[in-house]
Amino acid sequence: MCLSIPSKVVKIDKENNMATVDTMGVQRDASLVLMGEEDVRVGDFVLLHIGFIMNKIDEEDALLSLETYRQIIEAMDEEDKQRAILEADECSNRGE
Amino acid sequence: MSLQLKNLYDDFRDAKTIKAFAQIIKEDAKKIDRNINIMEVCGGHTHTIMKYGILQLLPKNVKFVHGPGCPVCIMPKERIDHAYVLAMQSDVILVTLGDMIKVPGSNGSLQDARSKGADVRFVYSPLDCLKIASENPEKKVIFFAIGFETTTPMTAALLNAVVNKSIHNIFFYINHVTVPEAMVALISDKECNINAFLGPAHVSVISGSKIYEEFPRDFHMPVVVSGFEPVDVMQSISMLVKQFAEGICELEVEYKRAVTRDGNLKAQALIDKYFEKAQNFRWRGLGDIPKSGLKLRAEFDAYNAEVIYKDILPHEPIDDHKLCICGDILKGKANPPECKIFGTACKPTSPIGSCMVSSEGACAAYYKYGNLL
Ligand code: SF4
Repeated sequence: MCLSIPSKVVKIDKENNMATVDTMGVQRDASLVLMGEEDVRVGDFVLLHIGFIMNKIDEEDALLSLETYRQIIEAMDEEDKQRAILEADECSNRGE
Repeated sequence: MSLQLKNLYDDFRDAKTIKAFAQIIKEDAKKIDRNINIMEVCGGHTHTIMKYGILQLLPKNVKFVHGPGCPVCIMPKERIDHAYVLAMQSDVILVTLGDMIKVPGSNGSLQDARSKGADVRFVYSPLDCLKIASENPEKKVIFFAIGFETTTPMTAALLNAVVNKSIHNIFFYINHVTVPEAMVALISDKECNINAFLGPAHVSVISGSKIYEEFPRDFHMPVVVSGFEPVDVMQSISMLVKQFAEGICELEVEYKRAVTRDGNLKAQALIDKYFEKAQNFRWRGLGDIPKSGLKLRAEFDAYNAEVIYKDILPHEPIDDHKLCICGDILKGKANPPECKIFGTACKPTSPIGSCMVSSEGACAAYYKYGNLL
């Protein structure tokens, strides 16, 4: 009910203060009345809620999160690798 | 790299990232020598937690209690009865959103009213009322407005259009409620066992993260405002657990890509133009919570169905079914499987209590995704 769907703006109809947004291939119209003039442009990512655009998704912040996740996974993979090496070292009958 | 829409979906549901956060949470949780109970206030979070099996990924001392943040679940029966009475007027078209149409009142649900001939319609957006009203000039269209801060500005936008275009056949039955007051009520309960909140993020998209500042400051209760994807939820849990591990208590925002401190000021101004705080709102399961509901300002009485129809609306509060423990669930004191009729007499196809009706309700989420605890 209170969920909103990330979507991308593909068209703006200034006269009616409406936008057309794409949600993973589904296009629909959304009202811009809750947004300031000039706030929303074609190509922006927005949250859509019951027929209204309710804000913009900050691209930089989203990318920053994704970068953080990438680093966490990398660090973890590295740890796993180290652990595997350590375990292999401890293995008593290695290579003999 | 530039952002693609796909990233906003797939990357925030990535299994490897979820697992990585589970590991981080596990490590930090070892530093805490007690149980912490996190309440996810919002039904959207409940849904994510159950759908992605997040409870099973958490260490023993990190637990969840499911809060009252589903607008359908907290609607008391008498207000559904009001909607029913309004719908049964021969010249009325009652319009609503969400699962509201299925919730049983004391005479039945709005769906039942429809089978008795009432014109009840379910729409995607409040703006659809404009079309219905212009196609049915001889009818009165009543918008049964429900929802938290997230949804209130859309009702205000509809009313704004109605006023500006001098439309005379759209009216409002308002049931908008606000989250912080309910959170305060929950933690003021002597038996409260909540140690931290996962803050509803879409509420904050509108109202800003500032609405939660009082919790760490006045109640020593940490809050992380969390997005709704499973990675968002896992990261937010890890932020909360870290706060406990380090002995700090703060408001943090995980969902920075969509939430600012001040929120959407234009939406707030629109709400303020048409709404004011109601003295009280009676939440299903929680009872009266002062100042937790909104009502139309008196100057808009001409659009207010509650004022126009006051003589035919019943006034008695109606309590829940004896066996239903929705109240305790909404307060975080019990989990759905503890209800004696969970999954037997009460199922999504024949709901007894409201937590089973909406897909965001805790009972429905437990039923759908299995009782895995
Ligand atoms: S299972 Fe049904 S009756 Fe029991 S608490 Fe949940 S909604 Fe109420």
